[in-house]
Amino acid sequence: MASSLKSATGVLQVKSPQSPLLCRSPAQKSTLSFKKFTPMASLTTTNTTVGLSKTFIKLKEQGKVALIPYITAGDPDLSVTAEALKVLDSCGSDIIELGVPYSDPLADGPVIQAAATRALARGTNLNSILAMLKEVIPKLSCPIALFTYYNPILKRGVGEFMSIIKDVGVHGLVVPDVPLEETDTLRKEALKNNIELVLLTTPTTPMERMKAIAEASEGFLYLVSSIGVTGARASVNERVPALLKEIKEATSKPVAVGFGISKPEQAKQVAGWGADGVIVGSAMVKLLGDAKTPEEGLKELAIFTKSLKSALL
Amino acid sequence: MVLQSKSQDLITCRTLVHFYVAVLQKFLHSIHSFLSLSNSMAASTSSTTACKTHPNLITAPLSKPYSSRLPFKFRKFNSRATAPSSISCTLARDSAAAGLRMDSQSANGSLAGLPRPDSFGRYGKYGGKYVPETLMHALTELETAFHALAHDEDFQTELNGILKDYVGRETPLYFAERLTEHYKRPNGEGPHIYLKREDLNHTGAHKINNAVAQALLAKKLGKKRIIAETGAGQHGVATATVCARFGLQCIIYMGAQDMERQALNVFRMRLLGAEVRGVHAGTATLKDATSEAIRDWVTNVETTHYILGSVAGPHPYPMMVRDFHKVIGRETRKQALEKWGGKPDVLVACVGGGSNAMGLFHEFVEDKDVRLIGVEAAGFGLDSGKHAATLTKGDVGVLHGAMSYLLQDEDGQIIEPHSISAGLDYPGVGPEHSFLKDLGRAEYYSITDDEALEAFKRLSRLEGIIPALETSHALAYLEKLCPTLPDGTKVVLNCSGRGDKDVHTAIKHLKV
Repeated sequence: MASSLKSATGVLQVKSPQSPLLCRSPAQKSTLSFKKFTPMASLTTTNTTVGLSKTFIKLKEQGKVALIPYITAGDPDLSVTAEALKVLDSCGSDIIELGVPYSDPLADGPVIQAAATRALARGTNLNSILAMLKEVIPKLSCPIALFTYYNPILKRGVGEFMSIIKDVGVHGLVVPDVPLEETDTLRKEALKNNIELVLLTTPTTPMERMKAIAEASEGFLYLVSSIGVTGARASVNERVPALLKEIKEATSKPVAVGFGISKPEQAKQVAGWGADGVIVGSAMVKLLGDAKTPEEGLKELAIFTKSLKSALL
Repeated sequence: MVLQSKSQDLITCRTLVHFYVAVLQKFLHSIHSFLSLSNSMAASTSSTTACKTHPNLITAPLSKPYSSRLPFKFRKFNSRATAPSSISCTLARDSAAAGLRMDSQSANGSLAGLPRPDSFGRYGKYGGKYVPETLMHALTELETAFHALAHDEDFQTELNGILKDYVGRETPLYFAERLTEHYKRPNGEGPHIYLKREDLNHTGAHKINNAVAQALLAKKLGKKRIIAETGAGQHGVATATVCARFGLQCIIYMGAQDMERQALNVFRMRLLGAEVRGVHAGTATLKDATSEAIRDWVTNVETTHYILGSVAGPHPYPMMVRDFHKVIGRETRKQALEKWGGKPDVLVACVGGGSNAMGLFHEFVEDKDVRLIGVEAAGFGLDSGKHAATLTKGDVGVLHGAMSYLLQDEDGQIIEPHSISAGLDYPGVGPEHSFLKDLGRAEYYSITDDEALEAFKRLSRLEGIIPALETSHALAYLEKLCPTLPDGTKVVLNCSGRGDKDVHTAIKHLKV
């Protein structure tokens, strides 16, 4: 494993931007495309990385829809996660959601559950994830939002958690098991540390409540497209267009749609309905989880991300 | 709110109590005669009629302002009497207005006026609703239905009829003569042990009190698909039973490891028409089954009711499940009065999630002279790292929708618990137990697998009652407790379930 990882890293370092792994083409993010692979340039990149809401503003100006992939940290291990973040970034991701593995992920379907179990079995923990991020985030041009359940945050202490994730350069936070009523402390501490706390709304959320959630959400509003846990679905819930319309009438904040989007054509469909961003999780996690080798997983991740990006262009 | 005013004048004074008991008994007797037409009254305080009439009638002469010529001390026996029905909720709504939080607890540990829970479903800082947004609407809907049904005559009548004729309530308060003898000291002194025989309920445990009520509630909500998690299988069997009884589709999530330990109950559930889905994630025990049940609910929330089996999970479950079980304590109060003209001095119950304990305790939480003792599973020992003693060794966190004590590691990952008893093998505990622990109102201790097995054998031999391994933990604690108790102390232990289901497990450990 160790040697294969090394080679994966090696590949990343030596390949040109046109390689399957480093798929950023000048057309996509010309200003960053080539500098970002040298340490000096990465500093430049850091300076230009903006938070979630600013990312959406920028994209809106360009008439673009955000591509937001999700992967689980530590699956199969953190070195691969580090490479995967770079691949996702260079292949056109606008924001990356990074899942912190948890022992009891209530909102996740089998794919992400299994990834979390594997990651934890490997000894992945918050400290090791943060150490990895500290190295990797300066090399990325897009912001990172952590996706984590509440208990690990509580255990660390809400204030301390926010301040340490801020220190490594994380911009956003999604906590799927804390509904609006319980977010007071989180929001206060997030605000203090300049972390954008993204809240979720779902098809079962009544209108008034959705408005309150939209009001409180920072960065963007996360629309859970289907009633259920994370995971690929054959088609996107047909209620999504109506939900998007309702939300758009209630708020001017950007809305990203997730849960159950796994194909480029679905991403395109959701973008067509007026979403400002599209979140793809389980499909990404599955690619990495099913791959015979990390290199293969990263390669497929690059191809898949590119296909999603093209669908959103 | 009446309860708020109760504390000061309720000075523990047994002499006085006994003096008035005679008067009260006479009074009660006349009420009984008056109500002799009502079967449910005679049968059980659990019945609606009973809950509505019995306490209120007793209270009637004492109701505000306490103008009655009867001695004020009567209220001691009626501290819960203002509860309007068997499923009412205590102070849930108006408590928020009172602005009372845990921080405001009085220095003397009195719970009078402290909301259990407040309008957010919190017991102090514990409880709450830490669930995916998808479930929030369903939880609100459930809470509304629960409150509405507390005052719904038809619902109450139906529920009480079923509790009486189908479940078999009321359950006896049994004087365990030979067990009492066993704990007598050489000088012949010792406590008196009574068993609240929840094991005699239909399906063999207390679990059905809640299952039957929630199934009825699901029917009222128009939900025909029922899901539940189960550890020992008792809650699963109870749920499968009530689903058969009401013609509801039933899916039970059970840890694969538990399915092996409790093969008999798996067969029972299937026989009753339920689909049992094995859960292989994590430790393949109760916590994983609960997570999977919650995921199912998140996915099918519009058609499905989740019959959560303990006083755990997001609000309103801890409150609702407690209230569906509080009949245990209600009956105990009444039966104690009948048997010895007083209250129990000590209540003992095992605690996994804590439903049988809350069911027994709730009635007496505000009676400060009644000791409340919960017994957790110490598994291989508290220092072995293989136990389920959440309140003893855990720390505060969020699991399965509620803030409570948890077994977790330094990263906030849930630690896999261990207990020989599948029903106690849970890394969390009901939030109200955490609250009562912090307040010092209830005491919590732990018992190892081996100690529980000994108690399992002891009760079988001394009383001809094979207790559940869960219950055996409470029984085992008597070994430590009884030598410390004064002569004649009335101990009521919740005999929460029967042990037939555990024989398979016990065979591997016990030489008989």
